[in-house]
Amino acid sequence: MSDVLLTVSGVSKHFGGVVAVDDVSFELKAGEIVGIIGPNGSGKTTLVNIITGFVRPDKGRVVFKKEDITGKPPYHITDVGIARTFQMIRPFYQLPAYKNLIPSLFSPRVRRLLGGKYGDRDAVAMDILEEVGFERDSSVPYKSARNLPHGYLKRLELGRCIALRPEVIILDELFSGMSIAEVTSTVPIIEKLRDEGIAIIMIEHRLRELFQITDHVLVFNFGRKIAEGTPEEVMNSNEVKEAYLGSEEIEEEETAC
Amino acid sequence: MERRKERIDRGVKVRSDGIYALNSYREVFYLAFPRLIPILGLLVICPLFSEYWKEVFVSTAVYALLAVSWELLYMGGLISLGQSLFYGVGAYIAGALNAYWGVPPILSLPIATLVGGVFCTLMLLPVLRLRGIYFAMVTLVLPLLLSRFVEATRILGGTEGLTGIDSFSSQWVAFYLVQVALLVAFFGFRRLEGSDYGLVIKGINDNDRAIMSSGINIYWYKTQILFMAGAVGAFAGAYGAHYDMFAGIPGFALDYSILPIAAAAVGGMGSFAGPLLGAFILVPLSEILRALGALRIVFYGLFLVFAVVGLPEGLFHFIRRKYEQIERWVEVDKG
Amino acid sequence: MFAAILIYGFINSSILALVAMGFNLTFGISGVANFAYGAIYIFAGFLVWIFLNTLGVNYFFSIILSFLSSFLLGYLMYRFVILRVRGLPLSEVMATFGLGLAIMELFRYLDFVGVKYSLPVFIDGSVSIGGHFIDYQRLLIAVIAVVMTVAFYFFTHYTKLGLAFRAIAQDDETALTLGIDPDRIGAFSLALGSSLAALAAIIILPLGTISVENGYEVLINALAVCIVGGLGSTVGVIVASVLVGYSQTLTANYIEPHWMILVSLAAIAVVLVVKPSGIFGKQKELEERV
Ligand SMILES: Nc1ncnc2c1ncn2[C@@H]1O[C@H](COP(=O)(O)OP(=O)(O)OP(=O)(O)O)[C@@H](O)[C@H]1O
Ligand SMILES: [Mg+2]
Repeated sequence: MSDVLLTVSGVSKHFGGVVAVDDVSFELKAGEIVGIIGPNGSGKTTLVNIITGFVRPDKGRVVFKKEDITGKPPYHITDVGIARTFQMIRPFYQLPAYKNLIPSLFSPRVRRLLGGKYGDRDAVAMDILEEVGFERDSSVPYKSARNLPHGYLKRLELGRCIALRPEVIILDELFSGMSIAEVTSTVPIIEKLRDEGIAIIMIEHRLRELFQITDHVLVFNFGRKIAEGTPEEVMNSNEVKEAYLGSEEIEEEETAC
Repeated sequence: MERRKERIDRGVKVRSDGIYALNSYREVFYLAFPRLIPILGLLVICPLFSEYWKEVFVSTAVYALLAVSWELLYMGGLISLGQSLFYGVGAYIAGALNAYWGVPPILSLPIATLVGGVFCTLMLLPVLRLRGIYFAMVTLVLPLLLSRFVEATRILGGTEGLTGIDSFSSQWVAFYLVQVALLVAFFGFRRLEGSDYGLVIKGINDNDRAIMSSGINIYWYKTQILFMAGAVGAFAGAYGAHYDMFAGIPGFALDYSILPIAAAAVGGMGSFAGPLLGAFILVPLSEILRALGALRIVFYGLFLVFAVVGLPEGLFHFIRRKYEQIERWVEVDKG
Repeated sequence: MFAAILIYGFINSSILALVAMGFNLTFGISGVANFAYGAIYIFAGFLVWIFLNTLGVNYFFSIILSFLSSFLLGYLMYRFVILRVRGLPLSEVMATFGLGLAIMELFRYLDFVGVKYSLPVFIDGSVSIGGHFIDYQRLLIAVIAVVMTVAFYFFTHYTKLGLAFRAIAQDDETALTLGIDPDRIGAFSLALGSSLAALAAIIILPLGTISVENGYEVLINALAVCIVGGLGSTVGVIVASVLVGYSQTLTANYIEPHWMILVSLAAIAVVLVVKPSGIFGKQKELEERV
């Protein structure tokens, strides 16, 4: 259970004068949920982009199951088993919801894992959508993404990840923009994925919900990892308190971004 | 009281969209009719015309092939300003095979198609990685590069070109060959467009981030469509070389680049029927305008601008809307 | 021989820099790749000729009028064509390409072909530098190119308008919130780019005859320089002009003048294979914010 899947060691990235990520290291084990929190602009998304190959780090290495994936193209990284959601979602707006999963199901990874025997892609897509809470017998999965509420689109992102049958899932602010009810119904899905042995990184501003499902949290500020540990440990650290002056406000702002 | 136009999908359209629940032969006909137009049109109606117009339709089909190839690239977000690259390369390969080694059309056509496709793909491979206008720029430059290269090195007949290339065994063979090839390319690409593969290609165009994060190598897919488009264009060129019994620098001329784009713009980009329709409007039109000489290209250019700016949806989409929807004016309360 | 190559290479580089500057400026500011650039170049040239020879205006005013017309043409092009497809790079490319073709081929149709279509040089005569006679016009080109690039650098880095340009180039939404109207700047960028094309035409064309082919050649050269240097980068244009300019001169000298344009084309090919975003271009491809 405790084999390390993903190792990030000493990665840094700067954009012009801004140091977005500064010498960050951590490890991720199978079947574990790691939470990453931090104020806006503290480099969380950039870290995800580095891991998933959208941004090449200035320094440092990312190793997945003994393979050095630093600076590999995004499709390669997904192909070896790391899936992610995007903070700024951009679904295929003109396609029906279930068709949004087709590219994932069409990918070499899925075709390799499932061989020729997974049947009709559309049907598989429907199953996955049901898993992430699209009402199967309603018209919702057939609606074009343009007409879906934000909460559904967020879960569509999650569905896209699940479709890839990854070993690591990185969720970049999945809960932001979801209603309380939606969050409550999404939490069990994530827990189920964890129980299947998938390692999950969750970036969240909604601390309360996050702390319910994880006991391993990293705290970021100005690109640096300033604390790591259980929720209680990190929230009691002075540095974190300073960084999070008025963390309640941040929680309210989140819908805006 | 104000009026507004209401558009309602026709019943059969709603029922047949994705799910097949046809009720009568009438509905079968409704669906089949638009698909029969190009088949019957090309194979049955066009041959009824005079010899002169048959020749016009042959050159229309050649341009239509280039236009359909252009549309495939467009589907993947690649704008080609140099379809003449494909045409010229195909023409030279077939021409050289035939003129130097006497390879008959039956072999030179397929070889030129494949080799031409590979050659064009290799030439454009470096730009595939870059987004946006780089591809357009390079496609514009390459045909010129090749024609200057032929001119400077005097290979392949230099400025004279290759003459005395074998023609097809009969006018009928020539005529049907190109029309059938056009239909195959047209329906083949449409089939591709509707499949999951096509969905991925279109996805690359509108959101490559999502496609990449689905673990799909977008460059490999772009390479594939580039090859397909290149091969179709090269076929057009190879056919043209045999038909005209000539392959030379004019193969890289602007006509072969601008007309397919103008055809797509007039007919409607975003579907394969659009460019086909556009080619069948513009080429015969330019035959009628033949007396105008160089002014033809001016017209194509202006057509392109007007179509892109003023008629972004194109003719085909307009016709399709009329066919699939009922329109009526309804009165609405203002307020 | 060596001195000659040095001098002529420099002049050739200046020509390239002048030719590429306008294209690069427009692209750098508004992200519009103006494929009608070559057409505007010959438009300006022919216009001077028409004013001068058909309408009998004196040379100086012909130049001014042609310059202003090109400015206007660029502005109108933005206003009536590009504005309507703004933000759709592919449509922008097709629209400007179509327009450029229409303009150029119109001149061909109107029979603007032949040696009589040439402009007088500004100052007759030549000067001997290290035993090589360089005519004043070429000297002028080199001087103007140097002055322009320097002025340009200061303009974009130190004046308010120039800074606004750069702001737009970086992020037009943010610029909007700062009270900069991207459409006005966009129109201006096109107008300015076009008048730079005109400027280049006015001082370069007296070296030879004006022909429609010039238009295509200028577009190709501008593209070559910008691709090699990296689209939108001023420093890139300078470096690339020098590189391409000297390689062209060397080619013309040691191989054959015929091959000159091949050098630009080959330069494009090489750069695209080695470093596709150009020498000074930023590989924006993957580094967008996700
Ligand atoms: N592509 C980029 N170019 C320039 N600067 C960038 C880029 N991506 C991120 N940055 C900068 O890097 C810093 C970190 O940004 P990042 O998006 O990683 O923060 P974050 O922790 O995800 O914030 P949020 O909570 O708002 O999502 C910010 O200052 C941001 O402006
Ligand atoms: Mg973020």
